Amino acid sequence: MADIGTEAAATADKPADERIQEISFLARMMRRPELGAIAGLIIVTAFFLIIADSNMFTLSGIMNFLAPAAQLGILAIGAALLMVGGEFDLSVGSMVALAGLVFGAALVTFQIPLPGAILVALAFACVIGAINGQIVLRTGLPSFIVTLAFLFIFRGLTLVGLKWATGGSTQLRGVKDAVGESWFVELFSGDAFEGLFAWLASAGLIDTFANGVPKVKGVPVEILWFIVIAGIATFVLTKTRFGNWIFASGGDAQAARYVGVPVARVKTILFVVTALCATLVAILTVLDAGSTDARRGFQKEFEAIIAAVIGGCLLTGGYGSAIGAAFGAIIFGMVLIGLSYTDIDQDWYLVFLGGMLLTAVLFNNFIRRRVTGER
Amino acid sequence: MAESGNGGTQPLIELRDIQKHFGSVIALAGVSISVQPGECHCLLGDNGAGKSTFIKTMAGVHKPTEGEIYIDGQKTVFENPREAMMAGIATVYQDLAMIPLMSVTRNFFMGREPRKGFGPFKYIDFDQANQVTMDEMARMGINLREPDQAVGTLSGGERQTVAIARAVYFGAKVLILDEPTSALGVRQTSNVLATIDKVRKKGIGVVFISHNVRHAMAVGDRFTVLNRGQTLGTAVRGEIEADELQNLMAGGQELADLEGSLGGTV
Repeated sequence: MADIGTEAAATADKPADERIQEISFLARMMRRPELGAIAGLIIVTAFFLIIADSNMFTLSGIMNFLAPAAQLGILAIGAALLMVGGEFDLSVGSMVALAGLVFGAALVTFQIPLPGAILVALAFACVIGAINGQIVLRTGLPSFIVTLAFLFIFRGLTLVGLKWATGGSTQLRGVKDAVGESWFVELFSGDAFEGLFAWLASAGLIDTFANGVPKVKGVPVEILWFIVIAGIATFVLTKTRFGNWIFASGGDAQAARYVGVPVARVKTILFVVTALCATLVAILTVLDAGSTDARRGFQKEFEAIIAAVIGGCLLTGGYGSAIGAAFGAIIFGMVLIGLSYTDIDQDWYLVFLGGMLLTAVLFNNFIRRRVTGER
Repeated sequence: MAESGNGGTQPLIELRDIQKHFGSVIALAGVSISVQPGECHCLLGDNGAGKSTFIKTMAGVHKPTEGEIYIDGQKTVFENPREAMMAGIATVYQDLAMIPLMSVTRNFFMGREPRKGFGPFKYIDFDQANQVTMDEMARMGINLREPDQAVGTLSGGERQTVAIARAVYFGAKVLILDEPTSALGVRQTSNVLATIDKVRKKGIGVVFISHNVRHAMAVGDRFTVLNRGQTLGTAVRGEIEADELQNLMAGGQELADLEGSLGGTV
């Protein structure tokens, strides 16, 4: 007779249940994992609209905070896909430095032309991602601990490698001379749509300096890379078979295996994608600065994971969003740069970061329970 | 209790004298069953009787140490679970059937997503997938609110039904159900048993694993009792009483004595 209680709960099995009602638009929105990030973005934007100097939301102000947001965003999208797939990669920050070294050394030390150096760096990323993935999958150890080890190994290797390549310095210079000028460089550094912006300036549609040169010469290329990658990642995750396999691998690897999902292959590819994202950021920043050093990407792994969590990724895997992580990264950039437009001390940034993470986790937890009916 | 066939038709699957050893442990010491089309064959046994090892052998997870498997009369060896699936043997595991955070549609088509588009731009045909999911679930007597609701919002019985509907839709000839009712309440259990009945009427052979004799008696056509890795025998519906099955499962006399003192409640 102990089953009487479940009888009421089980009436949901019946067709034409009076409790089955149309799902409201609001409830539909609530089911989207990126909801928290969108809400957060609106709140933060409103906050700075009220508090900050009006220069923040001019064209140049927006480019100012979108540029660092884009660099973090590329890392965060990789981290988000991997988290949905049920794994972590704490080595992405150090990977930015190590890939920067490989790329810089290929250009400067080995005098390889830019396209070749980029291929070398990307191939290196594939190897590193595959190694991360194989160790995690073959040993069955948590990826948290395996990639924590690589966080230190890669940072150390970067230091050793930089000293070897430069003869004792921890900064490798001369990238700009080695690269020279070509249309190919334009893909990875500088601004895009300069012609368009010059035309907009001459038409008086955007702000210019006194001599008629537009204040914003174009869109920094990292922002375009960021938008393209966010678009591709969102399409893959939500619309494709591989995306479904990512959710399945992170949600329950054993159940996924039983229906024929190649879980090990999916996770290895995700580790490779994460390493590729780190390498792209390395290429963009090294070309931008003309040098690379040992502190590149320092603590970026945590910021990327925080952006992914703000974007709706669960720490336990199987749930999350790539576009949410992109919004999370924009929130970051906005706060990091936005505080300088206010009277607020810059050091509140870290406090804000921690507070944001805590709020996002609590919010995600609440939403997940409501939406998925977990009890 | 003699082995008795079901009218002499070709069995969908037949396992003869299966033995499975794990090192020095003998998990299965000669188990034989066959499943006819449209038959619900109940595999009964207490914990540790070898039920799980046996169904994993049937599903291609384990390779038998000794013994033969015949599919439609052809001797077959499964190298992995995928080969068993290809041969039309689908297994619904008790806990691992569904992923709660994913939608019903995503679960239904997991691993076999229908796609549209060309080259690298192939994407899942969600319109078709959602429609099929709604239709197949309705056929099993479950009206979903919407196909993109998370499986976590479904009851345990409904989850089992999604998994069964999925197996049937993808052309299962033999459906192995691992304790589908053991974690469910009365109402949900009867829903799952009704689903098993529907599946059987389509001509699919069902292997129903349980340690609950009442659930087995409700839908079973034949009953095979496992005890300590051996078949104690196969009985046809109507030839055996629930009490007898219960005693066989428990290994004989002890339970009968115990049951006396419990007033027939076990």
